Amino acid sequence: MTTAAGAIDRRTFWHRISSAKAIGIAGIGLGVVAFWLALPPVMVRSPAGPIALGIVAVAAGIWAFARGERRVGGGAAVAGLIGIVGAITSMQAQTSNLDRVFVWSTLIAATLRWSTPLTFAALGGLFSERSGVVNIALEGMMLMGALFGALGADKTGSWFLGLLIGAASGGLLAFVYAIFAIHLRVDQIVGGTALNFLALGLTGYIYIDVYGDQGTPENLPAIPDVHLHWLGHIPLIGTFLDGSIGSLNLMIWVGIILVPLSSFALFKTARGLRLRSVGEHPRAAETVGISVYATRYFAVTLSGVLAALGGVFLSIGYVGSFSENMTAGRGFIALAALIFGGWRPYGAFAACLLFGFSSALAQRLPDLSASDSAAWPVLFQALPYVLTLIAVAGIIGRALPPAADGQPYEKQ
Amino acid sequence: MWFPWDTGSRAALNLQQTLIVVTPLILTGLAVAFAFRCGLFNIGGNGQYTVGALVAVQFGVWFSGLPSVAHVLLVLVLATLAGAAWAGIAGLLKATVGAHEVITTIMLNYIALWIGSYLVGFNGPMQDPKAFSAPVTRPVAESAKLHVFWGAPTLQGLHIGFFIAIGAIVVYWLVLTRTTLGYEVRAVGFNPEAARYGGISVARNYFLAMAISGAFAGIAGGIDLLGWEFNLDLTVVQGVQIGFIGIAVALLGRGNPVGIFFSALLFGALLTGTSTRNLDPSIFRPELAGNLTRIIQGLVVLFVGADLLILYAWHALRKPLQRKGAGS
Repeated sequence: MTTAAGAIDRRTFWHRISSAKAIGIAGIGLGVVAFWLALPPVMVRSPAGPIALGIVAVAAGIWAFARGERRVGGGAAVAGLIGIVGAITSMQAQTSNLDRVFVWSTLIAATLRWSTPLTFAALGGLFSERSGVVNIALEGMMLMGALFGALGADKTGSWFLGLLIGAASGGLLAFVYAIFAIHLRVDQIVGGTALNFLALGLTGYIYIDVYGDQGTPENLPAIPDVHLHWLGHIPLIGTFLDGSIGSLNLMIWVGIILVPLSSFALFKTARGLRLRSVGEHPRAAETVGISVYATRYFAVTLSGVLAALGGVFLSIGYVGSFSENMTAGRGFIALAALIFGGWRPYGAFAACLLFGFSSALAQRLPDLSASDSAAWPVLFQALPYVLTLIAVAGIIGRALPPAADGQPYEKQ
Repeated sequence: MWFPWDTGSRAALNLQQTLIVVTPLILTGLAVAFAFRCGLFNIGGNGQYTVGALVAVQFGVWFSGLPSVAHVLLVLVLATLAGAAWAGIAGLLKATVGAHEVITTIMLNYIALWIGSYLVGFNGPMQDPKAFSAPVTRPVAESAKLHVFWGAPTLQGLHIGFFIAIGAIVVYWLVLTRTTLGYEVRAVGFNPEAARYGGISVARNYFLAMAISGAFAGIAGGIDLLGWEFNLDLTVVQGVQIGFIGIAVALLGRGNPVGIFFSALLFGALLTGTSTRNLDPSIFRPELAGNLTRIIQGLVVLFVGADLLILYAWHALRKPLQRKGAGS
């Protein structure tokens, strides 16, 4: 919305909700509802309802599309179709299987667990990109954190020291990246890819050198869970709350708290303003006495520390071991979440939750199949990546990156 | 045989193995380089290679009644098209909605990996019904196998796919420097705004460059399959690295056709030399070698990009020299 629109923006409530965009968004919502109707606890068993809703969603999408809201409209049409197909597919499944897969409290817990590594990495990417450095090496930094977190925890016998060592390793890799991206003005995409290779090789090398084919020891010190037993005593929703957020890992809470903290740091403090100004217009920032290089070094290193924390959570918070290339593209998914979220902390967090949910679902959906020998459940493993692809293709709006994102700065 | 020296010697065998690896490396290197000329960074070589190999194995198994030349041509063309289509998705997304190709190609890699795992894996539609205990496809028909011109076919000799790769280098050079398409691709890569102002459709070139780039990677998958793999194994599908190494090949070769050939030779030698079979465990632990190769690859890409480092080093070296000169 441009500023000029503000003057004539004395529209009535009705006008606002009948705008093409609002209709399109409603269409997306209807598509989701169409799918949801066929799942527990509602579990409609007749296809009429979801199909009707899905058709309305598609119609809304086409209507919005025809009125210029191409992204939202297209999204609504796709959501309607997915809703119909998904609902009919899940009606084929047995009710007992559906009940087993869609335990919402467990799904919420799993969503938070899967999204936390992404949240840390996306917040890391946020600082780096807001300062004007594209950080495609998030993947490698996560991997460093994952290995050195596990290694540190194993050798020192303390999860906390492991966490510190892991974070430091990610910060170190990020600092190396910063030297190349800032001082040596390497193409940031190329440099980031190089560091991903380097991290992949380095972590794999050290892992095999130290642990060989034995794998990491079984009794790695783990980051503790936070048990909120009092939640179970709340009437009505107590068991649900206890099942979903009653015993989450400490790092999940840290990740959630970091979101408003990052938002505050970036948008409400003077340092945050400086950091953003370096990412938007470095020359102007330099003119008023802000050191572009120092700010960027700080932001990139911080991004490495944060991404590595995501990796540490993965190895000694969630899985309890390390394996080669265990991040499996999560750094890139986090980057996509950052873009999807419009380079904003809350937006990125919401996108991470979405990707986390799709990963959690992908792990549980194979249970839908009646026989154990069917091959197709493995296809669900692709779900998070397909979703990321669709998200990057930008169903819902497109945000502008920081103006100087990816451009090396040359001092005068 | 075509070569003067003893084809049965250890050296000849190692050279054959190296060139077998060099073949797909040239092609994935060309794939990365071609997209790079258009300002696109195709890191989806792995996925495009996988899709090419999957298509190749399926059509290599089918149509077994065809004459050999027709069968090979059919399979390779389809593998090429499959790679082009797979990369074309990323190209299309870049051209229409501006989705960053680095993220889309990485995601397409993982999607190809899981689709391949489904097709090839246990009870998958492509799994060999006879080998129900192993996740592996049926081998391609004899008529689809590439001719081995050096070394024994039973001992994985060098196949004619190597010449296809050499031919692809020539095609790459011709398309880029001698056609309108190549000119437009380079113009867009050099400065999209200026190209648009000059009447070149940036979106169209993004799509085409990506599709052609994917075609190189797709044919690499097809050639590897018809040349020496003959069937696809689940571990192979899940462990494809050739597209990533192609990035190092392209960057070290600086997008130059001859440079790509020699850097493919370097990385091919590196891969063959560090394969488990060739390493003496008492000198270097073979299981570490794969990761050492990745480290070297990362360092190559990193330092090739850092030309300023040379300038800094040059200045740092010259200063003390000048001071010495002034003092005497």
